[in-house]
Amino acid sequence: MNLIVAYLTDPAHWQGSGGIPARVLEHLIYTLVTLLVAAAIGVPLGLWVGHTGRGRWAVVNLVNGMRSVPTLGLLFVAVLVLGPRIRGDLAFVVPSILVLVVLAVPPILAGAYAGVDAVDPLARDAAKAMGMSSREVLFGVELPCALPLLFGGLRSAALQVVATATIAAAVSVGGLGRLLIDGQAVRDYGQMAAGAVLVAALALAVDLVFALVQRVAVSPGLVPARRRPIDRKNPTPANPVA
Amino acid sequence: MTWFLDHLAQVGGLLVTHAYLAVVPLVVGLALAVPLGWLATRFPRLYTPLITASGLLYTIPSLALFVLMPLVLGLGILNPLNVIVALTLYTVALLVRTVADGLSSVPEQVRQAATAMGIGPVRRFVTVELPLAVPVIAAGLRVAAVSNVSIVSVAALIGIAQLGSLFTDGFARDFLDPIVVGIVACIVLALILDLAIVALARAVTPWLRGGRAG
Amino acid sequence: MKLIRIAAAGVLAALALAGCAGNPMASSGAGASGESIVVGSANFPESELLADIYAEALKAKGVAVTTKLNIASRETYVPALKSGEINLIPEYTGNFAKYLNKDADVADEAKALAALRAALPDTLVALEPAKAQDKDAVVVTAATASKYSLTSIADLAPVAGQLVLGGPPEWPTRANGVPGLASVYGVTFKEFKPLDVAGPLSVQALKNDQVQATNLFTTDPSIKANGFVVLDDPKNLFGAQNVIPVITKAKASDTVKGALNAVSAKLDTDTLAGLVTKVVVDKKDASAVASEWLKAQGLA
Repeated sequence: MNLIVAYLTDPAHWQGSGGIPARVLEHLIYTLVTLLVAAAIGVPLGLWVGHTGRGRWAVVNLVNGMRSVPTLGLLFVAVLVLGPRIRGDLAFVVPSILVLVVLAVPPILAGAYAGVDAVDPLARDAAKAMGMSSREVLFGVELPCALPLLFGGLRSAALQVVATATIAAAVSVGGLGRLLIDGQAVRDYGQMAAGAVLVAALALAVDLVFALVQRVAVSPGLVPARRRPIDRKNPTPANPVA
Repeated sequence: MTWFLDHLAQVGGLLVTHAYLAVVPLVVGLALAVPLGWLATRFPRLYTPLITASGLLYTIPSLALFVLMPLVLGLGILNPLNVIVALTLYTVALLVRTVADGLSSVPEQVRQAATAMGIGPVRRFVTVELPLAVPVIAAGLRVAAVSNVSIVSVAALIGIAQLGSLFTDGFARDFLDPIVVGIVACIVLALILDLAIVALARAVTPWLRGGRAG
Repeated sequence: MKLIRIAAAGVLAALALAGCAGNPMASSGAGASGESIVVGSANFPESELLADIYAEALKAKGVAVTTKLNIASRETYVPALKSGEINLIPEYTGNFAKYLNKDADVADEAKALAALRAALPDTLVALEPAKAQDKDAVVVTAATASKYSLTSIADLAPVAGQLVLGGPPEWPTRANGVPGLASVYGVTFKEFKPLDVAGPLSVQALKNDQVQATNLFTTDPSIKANGFVVLDDPKNLFGAQNVIPVITKAKASDTVKGALNAVSAKLDTDTLAGLVTKVVVDKKDASAVASEWLKAQGLA
């Protein structure tokens, strides 16, 4: 604990291109880019699978398969194969982002098609009865109703990316992982522990931001009732949602 | 794939070690998560702090945990027990919420019916609530198993020999074969564990198989 | 009831499996000569190769050997060596001496050896050094060398401020790393990029011009393969680096010493470089290369 405080309170660690603010910014940028790319792939695909019901088996197995790929191994392969083909400083960053995208797509994809799956069939029927076209149903009814689970998937992906982006430092990429890898190389426990704490704090902050966005973006009608303590002695029938 | 065939024994040995390092935390983690999950359902005020704490635990980067464990546990730097304890923490962090959700998915009427039949609280938990929560818990266990297999490979960065060592060795020599073999072996191991958990869950929930009674 | 039995049986079976299978990583018992040694290595192929050579040579003499390879850098494995988790490691006289004592004088082979022997704690002993040396080097591309007319590290002093240096993550704090370049040659680079321990990242980054100078080892085959230029080290910052086995005194029996010193006697720089090439370029297994060489030398 003292080591962590000592590291974090040393002003030298807050300046320069290797300082904490710079590393946090790098880490955030990698996370953001990864999430954008992964969402661009996962959300449309998931919505389409949920909406049309086609390709579900293939997508579910794809998701499970992608989840089981070891990130470190994929990272090394990506750097060895792609690194020499890319010029400049991005040579190590691009393979890392690619691997992080592979990590982030499964939860987002799963959240998207589970979200559409969970849409109340009555709502879908009502929409069709009102004469909405298939596309209107998708964007006007299914997507908004799928938002809670979709956001759940996004948040889960964000957490995993923030935590795993640290491994990219093993291939010379920046971000908070540098505190871990450089600290490990010289056994500076203060640096490593501080890095771990900062990553956890960053993950929390990112999650909070997502929670706020979710509160704004998701219709209040979709928010589940507050969890009430189970009163064993006087079980009350389920109350309507507030 | 000649490299793979030439090194079958070596890869096999690393696979066994990797499996050991991934599975022991699953078993211990589950054993620890069940009481914690039960606490979260029994005392709803504990639900949020427990879930938040486990969420936070899961965001600690694996490399940091592996290196800091020897400090915390006082074990040797190269002792694989550090990896096992770290992974157990991750497993518990993942499973507490699953167990809590699984237990709270048991319908209240079933609980009450059991009590009405004269079954005491402990026996009711073990013979009624837990078995009914198995499908949800098994789903969480599957995710934990796959996640553990991937995280164990990171321990290669601190010299713990398992499938991840194929990654670091191949990378240091600019040699793709061991890395690819290692990735495939990890995926296969994850698949085997996944199927094993599904089979185990099916075995302990005969009523879900339908058809035959008992 | 039946369910409890099934569940209990399942749990017991799992625990039994975990227990019976035991710890797959438990080391083997004592060998034919009744001794057992744990050999460690650092996280680069040459260190692994040397550890394998030592291990095979000891096995040939009936010692039970367990290897724990790829243990990161000195900051990690030296405590393991001191605590007895590993007993033997291949080291380099100059760098190890400087690691233990920042002010050690390692300018030539004899001084480096003496400095190392003086700096080692009582529980450890350094055996006979080999003729083979593998030094750190600051390496640039042929293009950079001609652009700035670089032949020695001293030539970097006026231009280093515009260039980026790459190296292993521990270099900024190592006595012969970044601080050493500044204090001995007055060379301070614009930026330091942490890469790997003279591995593919360093080679790629240099080729790609992400860094203009990087740390490689003198036996590295990629230097010749890429036409890199090794800058001269006239002030001997990197010192003499003879390969030397460092071992726990308690494990240094006559059999062990005999086997390891015999290896050192036959290992010179060209041989070492050739063996490293077989591992890194020809992608042969370090243990196979080690066995092959030992057999050819009559040591296994």
